[in-house]
Amino acid sequence: MNFHFTPDEQDVLDMLHDFCVKEVAPIAAEIDETERFPEETWHKLAEMGMMGVAYPEEYGGAGLSYVNYIGVCEELAKHCATTSVMVSAHSSLCCWPIAEYGTEEQKQKYLTKLASGEWLGAFGLTEPGAGTDAAMQKTVAEDKGDHWVLNGSKIFITNAGFANVFVVFAMTDKSLGTKGISAFIVEKDFPGFKVGAHEKKMGIRGSSTCELVFEDCIVPKENLLGELNKGFKVAMTTLDGGRIGIGAQALGIAQAAIDDTVKYTKERVQFGKRISQFQNTQFQLADMQAKVDAARLLIYRAAQAKQDHEPYSHLAAMGKLYASEAASDVTRRCLQLVGGYGYTREYPFERYMRDAKITEIYEGTSEVQRMVISGWMGVK
Amino acid sequence: MNMLVCVKQVPDTTEIKIDPVKNTLIREGVPSIVNPFDGYALEAAARIKDKDPSAKIVVLSMGPEQAKAALKECLAIAADKAYLVSDRAFGGSDTLATSYIISETIKKVEELEGKFDVIFCGKQAIDGDTAQVGPEIAEHLNYPQVTYGLEAEVDGDVIKVKKEVEEGVEVIAAKMPAVVTFTKPAWDPRYPTIKRKMAANRAEIPTLTAADLPTIDLTHAGLKGSPTKVKKTFVPQKKTGGVKIKEETAEDSAKKLFQLLSDASII
Repeated sequence: MNFHFTPDEQDVLDMLHDFCVKEVAPIAAEIDETERFPEETWHKLAEMGMMGVAYPEEYGGAGLSYVNYIGVCEELAKHCATTSVMVSAHSSLCCWPIAEYGTEEQKQKYLTKLASGEWLGAFGLTEPGAGTDAAMQKTVAEDKGDHWVLNGSKIFITNAGFANVFVVFAMTDKSLGTKGISAFIVEKDFPGFKVGAHEKKMGIRGSSTCELVFEDCIVPKENLLGELNKGFKVAMTTLDGGRIGIGAQALGIAQAAIDDTVKYTKERVQFGKRISQFQNTQFQLADMQAKVDAARLLIYRAAQAKQDHEPYSHLAAMGKLYASEAASDVTRRCLQLVGGYGYTREYPFERYMRDAKITEIYEGTSEVQRMVISGWMGVK
Repeated sequence: MNMLVCVKQVPDTTEIKIDPVKNTLIREGVPSIVNPFDGYALEAAARIKDKDPSAKIVVLSMGPEQAKAALKECLAIAADKAYLVSDRAFGGSDTLATSYIISETIKKVEELEGKFDVIFCGKQAIDGDTAQVGPEIAEHLNYPQVTYGLEAEVDGDVIKVKKEVEEGVEVIAAKMPAVVTFTKPAWDPRYPTIKRKMAANRAEIPTLTAADLPTIDLTHAGLKGSPTKVKKTFVPQKKTGGVKIKEETAEDSAKKLFQLLSDASII
């Protein structure tokens, strides 16, 4: 058992840390305040090779380990949660299903551009009536001989306003329920496809979260991803991996909150003492750090299992459940230690708290994670 | 286009603390970095290479074995090849000896990499702050030199350099081969890429020693080849307070200043 990144992996994280300090952290508050998608950061990360860390070099990726990719999601989130989910939605939810289920032609056409970061990717599963109950898909895909026609809509789609490619799910046989769902690769310029309204959110406000609308959208026959009617499996396995990235995002947010709180409490003086000298501060922060480290080990274990091609669905669920709830708890307690200043937008603490909340909701709520874990335990 | 960039590994002076008792620098735990001005020189070379992808960038550093870390950083950013020159006989070199050793090394590296059209350096290192080594390399090699460069552009057989001067910017053309030293431009150097970083981690960097430099005269190298001797280093005393003169009018301020200087018997 080894709890260290390899020297190469650590080098990548150090490189990214430097970049984040100079390019990501300085704009984090601004993109939150103005709800601006950090498009320039996408292109800069692409230049460095950070948009497809774990994909093979022959498909435009950097050819590094999955564990390294998870470290990247965590490091980005330490500086800006919006930037972290931009990368993880792109990499975990769009690149991955194409790399895993795509034909050689699909990989050549899409993965090379996505993994190099030239294109941005997104994933469309959720619908107004199909959230946790993802099987209730209303979007339909009709076989028209030489092409598919998609009709319906998707909501809460991360990266939507800037993505070039979407992995989208639709019913190809309504009578079969989850066994009648298929996955498709949709380009933003396909006729009949458009990106709808931008959601105004509580946190990760710079993230481009929009509706997708399909009105007789024409999708070429060869853009079916994976086998016909096997799309539900594509969606579920994709989300298994996505959860590790979201768990890493939660870790980054929580660690940033702790680090900033440590710094603040060592400067803030009340009752003639630095508030870090009070035992309440010390014990609270010690508890929080222990909790975040426990979450980190769960997330890294899940990442290692995925990398080693071992079953990881339950490990990812445990990691995401624990890390996201830890992030919400820790950011709330950090804000309490900072007090009134923490509640103002002059400081990042309230942003950490708002950003942390989403990690308990997207890519499977905490309740879904509990379903996955108890199912794996055989508790029925 | 064949370019050489000279770099120095320096302690990150923003992280340096001074031992309050011994009055010396605390070097332990201080990270080493590529001298930032050398980073600007590398970026200037990289920008030339952006326009002419057939161009080659070689980096050279003089220093101990650990300076290879700085060379690897340069490889991760933009350099194609790297060389370290290192020998016990070079220890204690001042700027004159250092620039002599580097100019002798350049002749050797040129045997391996071909003649350099330009030699780029930072204007100075942030640890010594002398700004002498670059210009002295030009003198040893008998090359034209342009100092305080901001940007450089190749135009036929000349290098055109935007040079920072007090009043603004001069554009100076120098016939190649030439030496250019760089100061901080308006832009930041590029970031390393993952691909280059991994390749740099695996790169073998040759170390050249005095024995590899057949024409070197060792009486001009190291401590005994250095006319400059450091007698003592100390932390300058912190200046105390002072008086701020800010009267209602400039004339009143001048009068007050005159009075103060007069009272102190300075004038």
